Amino acid sequence: MSEQLQSDFDKIVKTSKISKEEIQIKKDFLNKFIKRGFPNRKQEDWKFLDLNQIIKKNIGDISFFNDYSQPNKIDSSIFIDGLEHNKIIFINGRIEKIDFNYEDQNKIEISDETKKDISFDYENSLIDLNSALTHKVFKIIVKKNYSLKKPLIIYHSTNDKIKSTNINLRLDFELGENSCLRLIDFFTDNAAKNFINIFYNFNLEKNSILKNYKIDKFKNNSLKYSFNNIEQGNNSVSETFILSAGSDYFKNEINCNLNGEYSSAFINGVFSLKENQQHEIRTSINHLVENTKSYQLIKSVLGKNSKSAYQGRIFVNSKAQKTDGYQLSKAILLDETSEFNAKPELEIYADDVKCSHGSASGSLNEDSIFYLMSRGLNYQQSKELLINGFLLDVVEKITDSEIKNLIKNIIGLKE
Amino acid sequence: MDTREKDIEKLKDYKYGFTTEIENIKAPKGLNEDVIKFISNIKKEPQWMLDFRLKAYERLKLLKEPNWQKPKYPKIDYQDLYYYSAPKSMKDKPKSLDELDPKLLETYKKLGIPLQEQARLNGIAVDAVFDSVSVATTFKGELTKHGIIFCSMSEAIQKHPELVKKYLGTVIPVTDHFFATLNSAVFTDGSFVYIPEGTKCPMELSTYFRINASETGQFERTLIIADKGSYVSYLEGCTAPMRDENQLHAANVELIALDDAEIKYSTVQNWYPGDENGKGGIYNFVTKRGLCKGKNSKISWTQVETGSAITWKYPSCILKGDNSIGEFYSIAITNNHQKADTGTKMIHLGKNTRSKIISKGISAGFSDMTYRGLVDINSKAKNSSNYTQCDSLLMGNKCGAHTVPYIKNKNFDSNIAHEATTSKISDEQLYYCQQRGLNQEEAVGLIVNGFCKEVLQQLPMEFAVEAQKLVGISLEGSVG
Repeated sequence: MSEQLQSDFDKIVKTSKISKEEIQIKKDFLNKFIKRGFPNRKQEDWKFLDLNQIIKKNIGDISFFNDYSQPNKIDSSIFIDGLEHNKIIFINGRIEKIDFNYEDQNKIEISDETKKDISFDYENSLIDLNSALTHKVFKIIVKKNYSLKKPLIIYHSTNDKIKSTNINLRLDFELGENSCLRLIDFFTDNAAKNFINIFYNFNLEKNSILKNYKIDKFKNNSLKYSFNNIEQGNNSVSETFILSAGSDYFKNEINCNLNGEYSSAFINGVFSLKENQQHEIRTSINHLVENTKSYQLIKSVLGKNSKSAYQGRIFVNSKAQKTDGYQLSKAILLDETSEFNAKPELEIYADDVKCSHGSASGSLNEDSIFYLMSRGLNYQQSKELLINGFLLDVVEKITDSEIKNLIKNIIGLKE
Repeated sequence: MDTREKDIEKLKDYKYGFTTEIENIKAPKGLNEDVIKFISNIKKEPQWMLDFRLKAYERLKLLKEPNWQKPKYPKIDYQDLYYYSAPKSMKDKPKSLDELDPKLLETYKKLGIPLQEQARLNGIAVDAVFDSVSVATTFKGELTKHGIIFCSMSEAIQKHPELVKKYLGTVIPVTDHFFATLNSAVFTDGSFVYIPEGTKCPMELSTYFRINASETGQFERTLIIADKGSYVSYLEGCTAPMRDENQLHAANVELIALDDAEIKYSTVQNWYPGDENGKGGIYNFVTKRGLCKGKNSKISWTQVETGSAITWKYPSCILKGDNSIGEFYSIAITNNHQKADTGTKMIHLGKNTRSKIISKGISAGFSDMTYRGLVDINSKAKNSSNYTQCDSLLMGNKCGAHTVPYIKNKNFDSNIAHEATTSKISDEQLYYCQQRGLNQEEAVGLIVNGFCKEVLQQLPMEFAVEAQKLVGISLEGSVG
């Protein structure tokens, strides 16, 4: 693999116009990645999802080179109807369009001269890979006191031009004081068997609000990894919702540092998996100062041969008194072959805190099904009703009503 | 007086801190084949036992010390330890208690377990272990009447080789992890219990462990077999003299429950935890594992962990038989610089198996406490269920409390529920108690005992009293 990687890297360097300095930085990251390789189950964080194995089995020889010189045609059929929105469109990892037509252009700044350094500690070779190979890093700055009028939808789509390729992309966001951004990641894939590695970096200043919704609904056989790093200032709020259902493999990772007092983080996730899918959500919420709050709710519905995992970690620093942390994960196993793994972790160094977690898994309650059937529903209907109710609970946590309705429509949940 | 001073005060009168001067026979320092042969030889073991040890040693050479645990410790030089020491007067085994070395008897008196008296008053058979060799076994007569075998491991190897051969290493094989394998190679002595078919053991069996000679790794091996339809309750308690150097204790405990049998294993552990700066103290790296081999069998672990510099153990249940039950009740208290990484593993293999985990962790001072547990329901373990509850109580903001549960559900018929909370003693609770005339220390004691009640209830009467006292003593000076 490393030979392939090296030659692809040389090709990338040749085709892109970047300074010598930058090449050196990228090379350092590349070497770091080559040293560690793709993560495997021997690493604690990857215990439940052995990426190295999965790539070997599903992709085999993975290519790291993408030709970014030619623009791709934008297929407007993927756009979401019925909701006015700003757009960023990625096709095969190339940014094709950035469109903030609904917004005050003075209040939003987009720059592609972002430093590639990474401001936090990590032990994750995929971030090295991302930093080494990402084509262009854009930074989107929302200025002080500005709330975007319309949500921003980032379309992640692939077409049949690429196959068995690794795509890396990175976006940085900076939310100024009192600003607000609603962000939807929307995945549509037509290409087969690619490994997509997404890295977002958020910086939330005082009183800012970030709402991030990740929607992976349509069946595709890609492997995806998404990493969000969120730094939060005083009184800021971050809300993340993950719908993890479409890809064959998907791991969402969120690292959230609550650096400012009264900041809070909410993470809600839904797994709805079928045939041979393997998905995971891993969170790490670091309560670093007083009076911070976090809330996590993850629910899984698991069909035949599917596997979901939730690894949640709440860390409370000894300074972080009056922390309020909560984690809950629930799973319904529908088939003999489905599997649910959880590792809800608490690491606490302060005494005046309220932290708890819960986890429950099992099959659908036969008594509930009996109750519904005795009221005239058939078995299938009763089952669906129960599952919908189970998942609706998470969707209802979405604070933005416009987007909540959109997501309900996409999932096909009715109240 | 501030907290630290109080802690020092408390340690000054650590009531089990003393050493007895007895000449010891020691194996030469270090770990090699010769030492293993020396141990085997001095204990007059048959060839198959030596083979067992050597097989483990061969395996050990391939293993690395694990290092994934939370409490890190300075590297142990395994070549710098003595692997065998026995009180000299033990060369020829005494026939009765009167023949015992008076110094030994004195030691037990200080510990509060005068053998004869305790045996007579409590109706408990005591198999006391003093530095690796069983000193005396009492109440044999009563037990023999029921056909129960309760003796030291060395004796069992001599007198009941067929039982030992059949079961030793079946739950913790020689191919297990580093410390378990080390134990298989060099274990010195321990207890052996066999309860015959359909017998309910008429008394609580109890062993007091005691570490004495300095720089001696203590490697106990306990094997308890409950045959079909039998019941046994076993108590284990530890206290240790004060010392400076860290001592490694890597015991192995194997429990085997056959059809309809029940084993209840209770531990109160109060080993020397080191001084207030975290110097000294015992490393307690114990492997405890129970196998519910037969149908409808049950194994229940109860532990009160208050001592040791580092506690690192996970008493586990393998629920192999259909309808078998595993239980784990634990109180772990860490103070000063103590560290604990403890919890359990419940591995469900049989149908309709059930398990329950109640864990209470209390950390104070500069200590660190981790609950780490695994619940694994296999795809064949239909209709199984697990309930886990782990609560942590923190005293002060210099200590840590962590929960790391691993939950694996591979069976859609089965239910797993897990709950964990972390809290502190609230000012309101303290105020309420103090208002009613308790001083602060008493109030804390009362609240903590209430917090632990669910687990303390599981202990046999004789133990519960001691444990309750221990809980109070362990936390003295940690609030205020």
